[in-house]
Amino acid sequence: MSSLTQTAPATVKCKLRLEGVTRCFKTSRGTLSALEGINLEIREGEFLCVVGPSGCGKSTLLNLMAGLDRPTAGEIWMDGRRVEAPGRDRIVIFQELGLFPWLTVLENVEFGLRMNGVGRKERRARAQHYLRLVHLSRFETSYIHQLSGGMKQRVALARSLATEPDVLLMDEPFAALDAQTRDLLHEELERIWAETRKTIIFVTHNVREAVRLGDRVVLLTFRPGRIKSEFVMTLPRPRHLEDPDLALTAREVLAQLREEITKPVEKEYNHEENH
Amino acid sequence: MKRTIRQLAFYLWLVAVWQILSELKLWPPYLFPTPQSVWESLRVGFSDQTFLTGLSVSMKRIAIGYGLSVLFGISLGFLIAASEFLQHTLGGLVLSLQSLPSLCWLPLAVLWFGLTEKAILFVVLMGSVLAVTINTEIGVKHVPKICLMAGRNLGANGIRLFRYVLLPASLPHLLAGLKQGWAFAWRSLISGEMIFVSLGLGHLLMMGRDLNDMSQVLAVMALIMAVGQLVDRLVFEQLEKRVRRTWGVASAL
Repeated sequence: MSSLTQTAPATVKCKLRLEGVTRCFKTSRGTLSALEGINLEIREGEFLCVVGPSGCGKSTLLNLMAGLDRPTAGEIWMDGRRVEAPGRDRIVIFQELGLFPWLTVLENVEFGLRMNGVGRKERRARAQHYLRLVHLSRFETSYIHQLSGGMKQRVALARSLATEPDVLLMDEPFAALDAQTRDLLHEELERIWAETRKTIIFVTHNVREAVRLGDRVVLLTFRPGRIKSEFVMTLPRPRHLEDPDLALTAREVLAQLREEITKPVEKEYNHEENH
Repeated sequence: MKRTIRQLAFYLWLVAVWQILSELKLWPPYLFPTPQSVWESLRVGFSDQTFLTGLSVSMKRIAIGYGLSVLFGISLGFLIAASEFLQHTLGGLVLSLQSLPSLCWLPLAVLWFGLTEKAILFVVLMGSVLAVTINTEIGVKHVPKICLMAGRNLGANGIRLFRYVLLPASLPHLLAGLKQGWAFAWRSLISGEMIFVSLGLGHLLMMGRDLNDMSQVLAVMALIMAVGQLVDRLVFEQLEKRVRRTWGVASAL
């Protein structure tokens, strides 16, 4: 557990860099700007949380970093190379997971390795290793529909870790879980992060979750998403949701978030007044 | 088990009613034969090889015709699903052709291919290929986008994304299409054979009519039903069971 309390040294290199990233979508009602002028540097091994109201472009931001989507303007750099396509150094864990129902748990975890040409024996061994890491060894031969929500999350985590990416991009992965399961997965994620030293970018609308997990929390504004403020978390790890210090920090972040949440409501209200 | 017992009891009851009705002699026996005489027709038909020959000719035709329609149907379905242009053009045509009874293709087939095997295979193909195409297309459209994104994210693209994600993900609908296609193919074949006389079970059916042999007509009808049921039970029901086991009941259609 001691490794959890260590803070990353200040000299670590920059893993991901976003320069003026903007993403617009064409809709039937004109152009919708989802993200605007995002400048962000993420250090190697950092646990970065991104919070914002729904519709602020959090998922878009992750997809851009994953290379599943391209920015309208601006550039994304990873290890000094421009991100232009999906790569196995960056893996997304989607909110809806996207597990494959036609494969067993083990085959799901093996999938990425198989696509990257890892031989049968090695990929089995590696998949089993990561299933152990998320405590799912007993469910290797189960199919996805037989698992609970928390277990599915763990499969998705193991599947992403198995390809041994440098960066994990997590898109509200625990939003649909009950509080107890979420608590447990927070602990596990923190442990796995400490063991593997991955860079994690974790998107959520839950401020406490962000404060619980992140080295740094970035707050996005409501449409178009811009960086409103940044909070560096100095609370020692391991952290607990019930910790009063954590609650205090969360309140600070929440106060700023609330301004953003009320924006769309006010907009609608004014809209009605004008009619 | 319960289901099998019930089915067995039901069929026994049906035969018993039939027996009683024929005993009452409400209709002349050449119009309403007894179960025994139909059984006798079946026995004779199989022992003098006519039924076996008919069966094997029909099975060979269905194997080729259905095989072709699976091949073309699945490829066409994926192509249509992949291209918006094809969806707007060919997709609409496929839907309207679907409303055409397969026998409508027979005159055209005979003019094109003459009274050959090709003509009858063409009718079988046209009768079933559209059902396979449409269901494949639906299957592809129902593949959750998230599965494709996850696949790409994990390093699958191009042909591997198709082979390892899109194809297995559309399997439940694909299977429904294959099943429906099979039923259509079998019906098209038999009706084709009835008109386009050339061995096969459909031909045996018409022979029964020409000979005024009601027992043979009923015997061949039973045989046609039996083949349809058997393939459905042995092939499609098993495949469906497998899909249900892996996907779970809710997500498998």
